[in-house]
Amino acid sequence: MIITLWLIATITFFLMQLLPGTPYTNQEKLSPETIAMLNKQSGLDKPVIVQYGIYLKNLLVGDFGISFQFKNQPVAKLLVGRIGPSVQLGAQAIVFGTLVGILLGIIAAMRQNTWVDTLATLMAILGRSIPNFVFAVLLQYIFAMKLKVLPIAMWNGFAYTILPTIALAMSPMADSARFIRTEMVEVLHSDYVELARAKGLSRWQVAVRHGLRNSLIPLITLLGPLAVGLMTGSLVVENIFAIPGIGEQFVKSIMTNDYPTIMAVTILYSALLVFVILIVDLLYGLIDPRIRVSGGAKG
Amino acid sequence: METVDLNNVPEKIKKIPANDFQPLDTSTTKERERIATPSLSFLQDSWRRLKKNKAAVISLVFLGIIIFISIITIWVSPHDPTQQNVAYINLPPRIPFLDSINGFNGTANVAGKMVDKYAQANVPDNVNFYLGTDGLGRDVLSRLFMGTRISLLIAFIAALLDITIGVTYGLISGLLGGRVDTVMQRVLEVLSGIPNLVVMILMLTVFDPGILSIVLAMVITNWISMARIVRAQTLKLKDQEFVLAAQTLGESRLKIAIKHILPNISSVIIVQMMFSIPSAIFFEAFLSFIGLGLRPPTASLGTLLNEGYKTFRFLPYLMWIPAVTLSVVMICFNLLADGLRDAFDPKMKE
Repeated sequence: MIITLWLIATITFFLMQLLPGTPYTNQEKLSPETIAMLNKQSGLDKPVIVQYGIYLKNLLVGDFGISFQFKNQPVAKLLVGRIGPSVQLGAQAIVFGTLVGILLGIIAAMRQNTWVDTLATLMAILGRSIPNFVFAVLLQYIFAMKLKVLPIAMWNGFAYTILPTIALAMSPMADSARFIRTEMVEVLHSDYVELARAKGLSRWQVAVRHGLRNSLIPLITLLGPLAVGLMTGSLVVENIFAIPGIGEQFVKSIMTNDYPTIMAVTILYSALLVFVILIVDLLYGLIDPRIRVSGGAKG
Repeated sequence: METVDLNNVPEKIKKIPANDFQPLDTSTTKERERIATPSLSFLQDSWRRLKKNKAAVISLVFLGIIIFISIITIWVSPHDPTQQNVAYINLPPRIPFLDSINGFNGTANVAGKMVDKYAQANVPDNVNFYLGTDGLGRDVLSRLFMGTRISLLIAFIAALLDITIGVTYGLISGLLGGRVDTVMQRVLEVLSGIPNLVVMILMLTVFDPGILSIVLAMVITNWISMARIVRAQTLKLKDQEFVLAAQTLGESRLKIAIKHILPNISSVIIVQMMFSIPSAIFFEAFLSFIGLGLRPPTASLGTLLNEGYKTFRFLPYLMWIPAVTLSVVMICFNLLADGLRDAFDPKMKE
């Protein structure tokens, strides 16, 4: 896990060295002396290897350097305020998406091979196939521009989170619906479900208490890829809805050659992801004891 | 039943020569053991199963049409997709046979009135832009064809490279085993921890955006899942009798990999490729949409979406056209991939 993060930091750092343009291209014409002075100030005059060492050392204490775009603003400070909206949006999307997906999956599995099943499958395919930024624009068009029931963009309270959350939730919904359906179909044909039915439990009781519990365990493995997908999605969705999150900052910093910010966001994203995958691994072992016995402690 | 007098058999029957008659075969084993249907090869069998899947067949036909059109329009495009014409900017669609329908007759709603934009722009009667023109006066339909072509091209090249690298890596790792395998798997583990999106974006900020760099950016991360699948399958096949037999007969490892293992995992590879194509299309569109994709005048579905989004509030169709095309292509590939997976491996289906 730490190796992965270190590798990412290193790759990012050296790729950044290859980037075209200097941090000052966006500013007014500077004399060579001023540039030399600015370089010295930000340590850019030292050899690359020394810069790399300083960079890694600072990284350990959470210092990502100073943003090139916003004068004298530490990147860390710039990003801290932006984590909130991104995390909130991601959490809402994943909760909403998986809940709806689970519900769809259950219904589809219970009414297997009827029109309900077909409809649920169709929704899952649409959710998986249509890119989330197309969804985002579609939602914006219908609910904000035509019906005018929800705000079109910005970030001023819960109402503003609804459309981006739905747009982001589409692919988790589709994935979990498909997954739960397959699992449930299998579980619902097992002996213990037959027994539960024979004891006279209602269909829903059987589905939720006996079927769902056993289908949920594998769903946890899906959380890792889902988190990756959400991250990708948040980049565009935050831009479309003008949400002050990390994704929006990332795109902005790419456009303005703001190296420290690009590096910081890259590392932040990777760290988040590695963290989520670790949590998933741990959770899986916690819930399903069979995994613990066979698997070692790999992170 | 009518009794027949043997002394009085009709002439007609008497004429039939005796050797026309043969004793009935009392043993029916042969008949019972006969295989009623012709034997099918693996591919024929899969094809038969695929044909039963309506969604997959329809997708296949759709994709065939889309690919055919996007190739044929290299030579016969309604207009030049990159030719700009300042006089003809933002024209609404006009289709000759649909004159009576608003929205397809070259009129647009300007301040509550329907105005014939073509007349305003002095477009000759025989020049029609079936899907209108964009902000630089380029024909949207021609650009759509070009965009689809380039998006598909990128996806196919990326998928092909994924396969080449992934299969080679997976085969080597799985077949050699031992320490080589361990090292190769550790490398994969570390690589897969890096979010692919981050790598893609970094690659594109460093290298000039173009078809090649986009393909490379996608391949760098996407071959990993292919390598894993191929390795797992190779491990499964490695100890089977036919491989052991080949080994005993002195076949080289390379030959075993190519002649014995590869054909047996081809279905898995094809299915994985079919899933990687839509994801490549998605990432291309995604990168172009956030402005890291191809540079004009080259068009891809992503850049068309990006351009359409800029004028979305006033000319929504510039966004909807590529959006619908992209979605249809993605849905078709996904459905076809699902169908192929079920066709190749019917056990997977519950």
